[in-house]
Amino acid sequence: MAAVSQPTVTYNIRKRRPALVEFCIAQPLGAISGVAILVMLFAGMFAELVAPYDPLTINFGAMLAAPSAEHPMGTDAFGRDIFSRVIYGARTALTIGFFSSLFGCTLGAVIGVSSAYFGGRIDMAVQRFIDVMLAFPIIVLALVVVAMLGRNLVGGVDVNLIVAIAIPIVPKVARVVRSAALSIREMPYIDAARAAGFSHTRIIFRHMVPNVSAPFLIMFTAFIAQAILLEASLSFLGLGVTEPTPAWGLMLSGNASDFYREAPWMILFPGLAISVAVFAFNLFGDSLRDWLDPKFKV
Amino acid sequence: MLAPPLLSVEDLHVHFVTSRGVVRAVEGVSYEIRPGEVLAIVGESGCGKSVSSLAVMRLLAKPAGRVVHGRIMFEGVNLLELSDEEMRERRGRDISMIFQEPMTSLNPVLPIGLQIKEPLFIHLKMTEEQAQARAVELLKMVGITDPERRLDQYPHQFSGGMRQRVMIAIGLACNPKLIIADEPTTALDVTIQAQILELMKELSRKLNIALIVITHNLGVVARYADRVNVMYAARVVEQGTADQVFLAPRHPYAMGLMRSVPRLDQPRGLKLETIEGLPPNLLDPPKGCRFAARCAFKAEICAQDPPLVEIEAGHFSACLRAPELAAGTLKPAPQARVDAGVRIAKDAPPLLDVQGLKKFFTVTRKGGLFSNTTSQVRAVNDVSFKIAPGETLGLVGESGCGKTTIGRLVLRLENPTEGAIKFKGEDIAAKSLNELRDIRRKIQVIFQDPYSSLNPRMTIGQIIAEPLMVYKIVPNAKAAAERVAELLVQVGLFAYMAERYPHEMSGGQRQRVGIARALAMEPEFIVCDEPVSALDVSIQGQIINLLENLQHKLNLTYLFIAHDLAVVRHISDRVVVMYLGRLMEMADGDALYAEPLHPYTKALLDAAPVPDPSVERARAPRALKGETPSPLNPPSGCVFHTRCPLADGDCKKIVPEPREVKPGHFVACIKV
Repeated sequence: MAAVSQPTVTYNIRKRRPALVEFCIAQPLGAISGVAILVMLFAGMFAELVAPYDPLTINFGAMLAAPSAEHPMGTDAFGRDIFSRVIYGARTALTIGFFSSLFGCTLGAVIGVSSAYFGGRIDMAVQRFIDVMLAFPIIVLALVVVAMLGRNLVGGVDVNLIVAIAIPIVPKVARVVRSAALSIREMPYIDAARAAGFSHTRIIFRHMVPNVSAPFLIMFTAFIAQAILLEASLSFLGLGVTEPTPAWGLMLSGNASDFYREAPWMILFPGLAISVAVFAFNLFGDSLRDWLDPKFKV
Repeated sequence: MLAPPLLSVEDLHVHFVTSRGVVRAVEGVSYEIRPGEVLAIVGESGCGKSVSSLAVMRLLAKPAGRVVHGRIMFEGVNLLELSDEEMRERRGRDISMIFQEPMTSLNPVLPIGLQIKEPLFIHLKMTEEQAQARAVELLKMVGITDPERRLDQYPHQFSGGMRQRVMIAIGLACNPKLIIADEPTTALDVTIQAQILELMKELSRKLNIALIVITHNLGVVARYADRVNVMYAARVVEQGTADQVFLAPRHPYAMGLMRSVPRLDQPRGLKLETIEGLPPNLLDPPKGCRFAARCAFKAEICAQDPPLVEIEAGHFSACLRAPELAAGTLKPAPQARVDAGVRIAKDAPPLLDVQGLKKFFTVTRKGGLFSNTTSQVRAVNDVSFKIAPGETLGLVGESGCGKTTIGRLVLRLENPTEGAIKFKGEDIAAKSLNELRDIRRKIQVIFQDPYSSLNPRMTIGQIIAEPLMVYKIVPNAKAAAERVAELLVQVGLFAYMAERYPHEMSGGQRQRVGIARALAMEPEFIVCDEPVSALDVSIQGQIINLLENLQHKLNLTYLFIAHDLAVVRHISDRVVVMYLGRLMEMADGDALYAEPLHPYTKALLDAAPVPDPSVERARAPRALKGETPSPLNPPSGCVFHTRCPLADGDCKKIVPEPREVKPGHFVACIKV
């Protein structure tokens, strides 16, 4: 018998591409929504440069103008350019969406991990409290908080509004993170850390929290969408952002409700902006989950 | 004259296409098997033993895995040329497969009766009555009592050993000609393993079924195989009858494998021979002999690709120096002795003194809405032992005997229900978590699973440096980095590995990192919880030797928990045998193995296979009957009486206390 034969086979081996390219191929919808998010982010950050008009300038000469080359999305009852207001509105929506989701998810994650780590009675108490919180519809919970706290503007952003939107997020994240953390708590490396006599704080923040970062990241993006929607709803109800700050939810309310038959563009474009933003973040979060979850990988 | 082969695999090549390149998982593998024969395929993880058998079943993971060359002839038909439909007809009917994990290979939502009858309906077109009769017959055949009733039960109502019997029944359902068993007993306890292997061997004889057993356990091979294929890095390196391969191995890898396992039938005190290094990466295998890098007999000629050559009738070896090995001109170095020295301070007060330790877990069972019942699992029940400074105490027993719980209690990862654990005279059990901090530095742990015992988000350096910084063992980060490098070298790794993440290392390397982490605290006492059972044979030897060397160098004391009797015997000075939470026997390692007094210890030693076919054949099959009772409802009196050959009425009443039968030899049995 001769030495081991080597059948000649040729393969077209795909080179390993950068993670970003892999993501775009595996999750085209996610990539598109990612682009939409980037566009919004860009528009919001550089609103001064992108927007053709000042969003606050009142022009009674162009009241309720239909969309035209001059005003691509028309004007509102004060003659303000809706296109510019939608662009500035992106800034408001993204700021509030980002910070309330970050705040809510972080707090939720810490509560969830701690609850799982300590277990027993502490876990029981925390989880029942979360049950109570989850029983409220999120809009009601946010309404109560915003009504209780009032306004607190810091640098033009209502911090209390961010808190109000973050609070309904906390129990949802805490519940999901807890279930992920429960399995991590049983890992031998946690036992090793306990056997080494490390403090609870160290074990929670150094050993457990980093290992729930995948579900955290997914929920963080998904809850940005929820937060944007919630902000729009609160503004629509008059409890969120107040005039004259351009905000999508706010643009749907006020005298838009008086004039929407004559000037449907007044509600069409802000509404569209909300839908696109919510869609984009939700889709992005979904694709991120599928992509990060090894079970979905070939 | 030999019967024509039932299955012959000819020059099989299997490739896996991955994004990192082509993995040549099986290269030029050929073998034959005849009806009634038992063929064992032995090798370490990743050597291609499972893949070559999955190729026979045409069950390779698609689209990554493909057979690129070769023929698989089964009864004169090349299986690779059959259509999917034709192949499906043969699977389950002519060839069936038994998998390793009996917990996951049965569908949990279907009663087992249905799962046994399914192939009968599909392949043999049986009616319900015929299938029912056959299913009852099959369950009887595999030794399950009360088959009519059990057919309606679900997998969770069966124990692990029973599930594996059900799997075998399914495999046998259509009277197959060939059964492929992939690590069929690896997940089972020793006494159950013996029962299952006995059953499979007997059935294959009786029904003239050819059996391919894939395993890494050489003892299993020695007991049951007629022929053996040893695989290494995608190739068959040695092939022959069990006697040839075990008694006169002619490939250095096979020789190394035989010598690197601790054995029950050899004197103690010898250092384990090890195969140093790691198997090659099959993405980019080395040219020439694949084993050369780890081989003690490496010579210039080894740069050539060695063919698999017949060196005596029916015995093949893929080593260019096999003739020299056969002539005896090339011999492995004699095994070194472990430098005994005066290590154990027997007269000193014990380092660890465990007194009347009990740990009961309360389990709540859902009854009706308000009628939850609680019952207690007696995981550890009244166990006492002492460990002298510098000593290694082995703790053996089957799963559920409480050995791991004892380790966790000593580490205070669990709080004991009752009893004292005195470390240097201080009771660990009575201390608060804050008071424990200083003691914890002195008691460290090495875990079983090197995959999950390291935090995947931290680098090796961070993992080892963490205790150094927390306990301020070193003054600053620079000193910590130096100490990490020192520790890595001490456990046989390299300083540059500190930058790596755990997933970039192999199992054996990770286990070394786990040891380095434990050593970072400068402990006096280490609890080793099954530290080698997740590792390959050749790596096991390396880790055991490392633990022994460190013990001598750093004057460590070990509590060594394991289920493998041979490993425990090799490393331990004294051994404790446990069963269902209770201590059965405690004695000097040599005394216990030479002259076991407790019937359970005897049964354990009988059940453990020895990697030597001549020894195995001389032993009568004396597999212990029955299964371990549930610890939720342990038997009265002596917990072992339900399976004990010596038991009588008294054993059901009296709970035997451990008595000192001979100096230093404690037995908990009233019949001794």
